[in-house]
Amino acid sequence: MSAQVAVILPIALPLATMAVLVLAWKSIPAQKIIGVGGSTLLLISAAALWWQVDRNDILVLQVGNWPAPFGITLVADRLSAIMVLLAGLMVFAVSVYSLVTIDDRRVEFGFHPLVQLLLMGVCGAFLTGDLFNLYVWFEVMLIASFVLLTLGGERGQLEGAIKYVTLNLISSAVFLAAIGVIYAATGTLNMADLALKLRSFPDEGIVSVLAMLFLIAFGTKAAVFPLFFWLPASYHTPPVAVSAIFAGLLTKVGVYSLIRTFTLMFVTDLDFTHNLLLLIAGLTMVTGVLGAMAQSEIRRILSFHIVSQIGYMLMGLALFTPLALAGSVFYIIHHIVVKTNLFLIGGVVERHCGTGRLAETGGLSGSAPVLATLFFLSAMSLAGIPPLSGFFAKLTLIQGGLEAERYAIVAAALGVSLLTMFSMTKIWAEVFWKPAPEEALPEACGEPHSMTDRFSLYGPILLLATFTVGIGLMAGPVMKASLATARQLLDQDAYIQAVLPNSRLPESEAGAADSNADVGPLAGQRPAAQESPQSPRGGTVE
Amino acid sequence: MDIILAITVGGLYAAGIYMMLRRSVVKLLIGLGLLSHAANLLIFTAGGVIRGRVPVVPAGEMQPLETIADPLPQALILTAIVISFAVLAFALVLIYRTCQTLGTDDLDQLKATDT
Repeated sequence: MSAQVAVILPIALPLATMAVLVLAWKSIPAQKIIGVGGSTLLLISAAALWWQVDRNDILVLQVGNWPAPFGITLVADRLSAIMVLLAGLMVFAVSVYSLVTIDDRRVEFGFHPLVQLLLMGVCGAFLTGDLFNLYVWFEVMLIASFVLLTLGGERGQLEGAIKYVTLNLISSAVFLAAIGVIYAATGTLNMADLALKLRSFPDEGIVSVLAMLFLIAFGTKAAVFPLFFWLPASYHTPPVAVSAIFAGLLTKVGVYSLIRTFTLMFVTDLDFTHNLLLLIAGLTMVTGVLGAMAQSEIRRILSFHIVSQIGYMLMGLALFTPLALAGSVFYIIHHIVVKTNLFLIGGVVERHCGTGRLAETGGLSGSAPVLATLFFLSAMSLAGIPPLSGFFAKLTLIQGGLEAERYAIVAAALGVSLLTMFSMTKIWAEVFWKPAPEEALPEACGEPHSMTDRFSLYGPILLLATFTVGIGLMAGPVMKASLATARQLLDQDAYIQAVLPNSRLPESEAGAADSNADVGPLAGQRPAAQESPQSPRGGTVE
Repeated sequence: MDIILAITVGGLYAAGIYMMLRRSVVKLLIGLGLLSHAANLLIFTAGGVIRGRVPVVPAGEMQPLETIADPLPQALILTAIVISFAVLAFALVLIYRTCQTLGTDDLDQLKATDT
């Protein structure tokens, strides 16, 4: 029983923390202490979840004890557990960082409760096993991110928020429509049940339409090639702590959903769906990095690099071999840590120099050597220089690509790597290497003052940089975990069995006949509402 | 009935997208509202429209005797309506603040954060 509790804790803890934070609304010190405390608890519970999943394979919690296709199911497999663990780590780092960087006015208006709400949505999305529930978690996450993005009400924030809100709402509308159509077609919204029913779905065309609807919905959230415009327009506008947590987690929820749906549900027509994904992955990489090259402000450059790196994560999914998928998982682990850290470092630079525009900064390698070292480590890791984490992530992906004989995508990945290196060296040269511009005030480009300030600014950066180096130096265990995750993702039967213990997989003849009969009104003549206990939720229980 | 609903859904999508392509922020918001209505109606229609068969199992029976209306799409729509209500309320405040701060409601003028 205790194993099942671990599944709900990453959702329940942020909710509880948020409730306590709202009760302590008036006191700024209380907000800060409870915020960091809640994030620490989340990190601990995420570690406990990972430990449990590592021992028990797939953990399933049927909420309210309603059996699988009827109730809401929470599922924690390796991928979910890794994502939750990373989310816990990021929110811990960012909430320590926010102690100094987020001004009191923003704390007064509920910065910390909103971060917890965001985390509840993110963890919920990682853990749910039900499509409509996923939609609800997306919305929880979105509304929290809307408020965090606009909190403070500066000109740039409001303008960026209009684009962010609009494009995310459009993608939610597409997601909702996709849910409606998939329910009509199959009579279920439980992912495991869907995986079972889509295997033997009679109409290939409808499955393809569904796959495309989900690709558009999740692709917008993940910021893939033609749908990424909201990201560079908005991510550089809010305070750095907010940018950093968005950069680390939000697009990755989209990537997670793509991986989940395109390894579990839409695997019947690989030629079409996964080749399209591969094309998108390549174009995402290239456009993202080219966009970054044209920028001249730290956070804008980093925002475009998020887009570029989403391409790498999709590359592994599109190749769809165990090795390539493991590369994707490794890349996600590496990317979340490094990207969040680069944003945090960018924030310290902006604090030192009063701006993030490259032309107006400079000389930090002399005045802030520790920061320079930490930036160098993270930037080289992003570009993929051994022995840092990015190298092994890219190596695995490229190995996967060569193994699958997809040379074009391998070439694109290597080329984009080189260009990433180019923009990282550009930041390095402009911000750290060149002498400080003359008109800059001498005290503006100095160190932060008090000891606690320094701890709060540098502590999280140091922590994440340690992880970057650590992942690189201990690539073996991380690779092993990634490979185990990839194998688990490709073993759909195990997932279905864990969620629906009584299901008959369509290998057996009776099972095949049954799932054929179970499909809903778009395929047959019968409305979705009544069938055997396995079929639609809200139908009859015998 | 299905046909009429299907045409309505299509009309709502078309109107929503048309509104979103206009330059005014207010029309953008109306467009978003229409899109979410279209999605809701799509779920309703796709779930199967059955008239006057309540999904209640008669006393003493273990399952309904005849084809019943599926209550689940309506539960989904209800949830979606609540969510889109909250989100649209937020978006209304957002465009109000934006118009106040930036002094324009023309989307073509909002390009300072673009790249």
